Amino acid sequence: MHRFANPTRFLKIAGYVQPWMAAVTLALFATGLYMAFFTAPPDYQQGESVRIMYVHVPAAWMGMFCYAAMAIASAVALIWKHPLADVAAKATAPVGAAFTFLALATGSLWGKPMWGTWWVWDARLTSMLILLFLYIGYMALQGAFDDRARGAKASAVLALVGAVNLPIIKFSVDWWNTLHQPASVIKMDGPSIHPDMLWPLLIMAVGFKTYYMWVLLVRIRQEITANKVRILRLKQVHGG
Amino acid sequence: MAKFMELVKRDLALAFRQGMDSLMVVAFFIIAVVLFPFGVGPEVNTLAKIAGGTIWVAALLSSMLSLERLFQTDYDDGSLELLALAPIPLEVTVLAKVVAHWLTTGLPLIITAPLLAVLMQLPMDGFGTLILALALGTPTLSLIGAVGAALILGSRRGGVLLSLLVLPLYIPILIFGVSAVDAAIFDEAVRPHMLFLGALFVGALALTPWAAAAGLRQALE
Repeated sequence: MHRFANPTRFLKIAGYVQPWMAAVTLALFATGLYMAFFTAPPDYQQGESVRIMYVHVPAAWMGMFCYAAMAIASAVALIWKHPLADVAAKATAPVGAAFTFLALATGSLWGKPMWGTWWVWDARLTSMLILLFLYIGYMALQGAFDDRARGAKASAVLALVGAVNLPIIKFSVDWWNTLHQPASVIKMDGPSIHPDMLWPLLIMAVGFKTYYMWVLLVRIRQEITANKVRILRLKQVHGG
Repeated sequence: MAKFMELVKRDLALAFRQGMDSLMVVAFFIIAVVLFPFGVGPEVNTLAKIAGGTIWVAALLSSMLSLERLFQTDYDDGSLELLALAPIPLEVTVLAKVVAHWLTTGLPLIITAPLLAVLMQLPMDGFGTLILALALGTPTLSLIGAVGAALILGSRRGGVLLSLLVLPLYIPILIFGVSAVDAAIFDEAVRPHMLFLGALFVGALALTPWAAAAGLRQALE
């Protein structure tokens, strides 16, 4: 891991990997979406609207995955002062927030025809909403300091606190939900999902993951370049 | 331990000399709850139904409002740096400040809560549980809040930011606190909710001083 701590070496590798990630992402999205729209059968209960699932479920997975990635990167940054880990955590946050928002938005669109309402205080929806707030708090804290290094450190601590809290929040929301609501409205079709539906779902999930890697590389490179530009500007100003 | 008590005494003395701070928290707590009957109407059954939740939400907000001054004044006048240099671990300093914070905000909230419960028509069965749940829950609020208060030191727009950081983390306490009160009213088992509140308190007691001290350290660098 420390081998790649050197930004120059990282930039070189990232430059090679990025177009491949882009190509794989586009190929997976093309296949996944084609299968989702044309080969996957409509659900016998939910009809055509079940196709929202192929975006909704991977987005929800990625929302949680990105938070985990962010927390791990933050821990690495705090413990080893790994220079790229800070950048990676910072670059992950908006992507994760966007995935979480996408999951909430598609869930709401799916909910309207299914349950007849845009929003239900279901345990899963509620914890996704709180996850979104955690992302927003993280990004707000990061941008709140004049000194970027402080913002990075403070938000890294927050990401770890959030990571410890997230399972507790998830559990308590489940508990709250079972107390306040009769048996949940949403049940996916149970554990047995038909292969015709499972395949597009998995392809989309992998596609979302490679998309994240792609965007992450772009954002890290952009951040490193922005840092270089800032240092050059400062040098110019100070006449160095 | 003597130094710990010394720190608590210092913070309490500061809070009392400045006088109004605790009173303002209590005043906010009362007025926030009093707004609800205007919002939902004075009907007794409606009020009784939302009483527990309202009081808890107001307690959460009041506790949060007073967090900003937990470290901020010491940070501004430089005494926080001296405290960090003192021969006791920063984690213990954090804990002492949290104890002082709870004594000046959490405790007054608990004392005021029965009055608000009367105003909100909370059924009599819920009173004892409400106070016990607040007594178990408010220290956790102060502990978690300390992490947020440490992280925002030196930032722009600290107050609003603090609410954004801390309120999502308060949700579990709110859930179990309200469930406990509801359970007492509907004659169900209160114990599991209380145990969860206790677990959250013990967990926060063990973990948050580390996180808050980490926050303070990077603020003082």
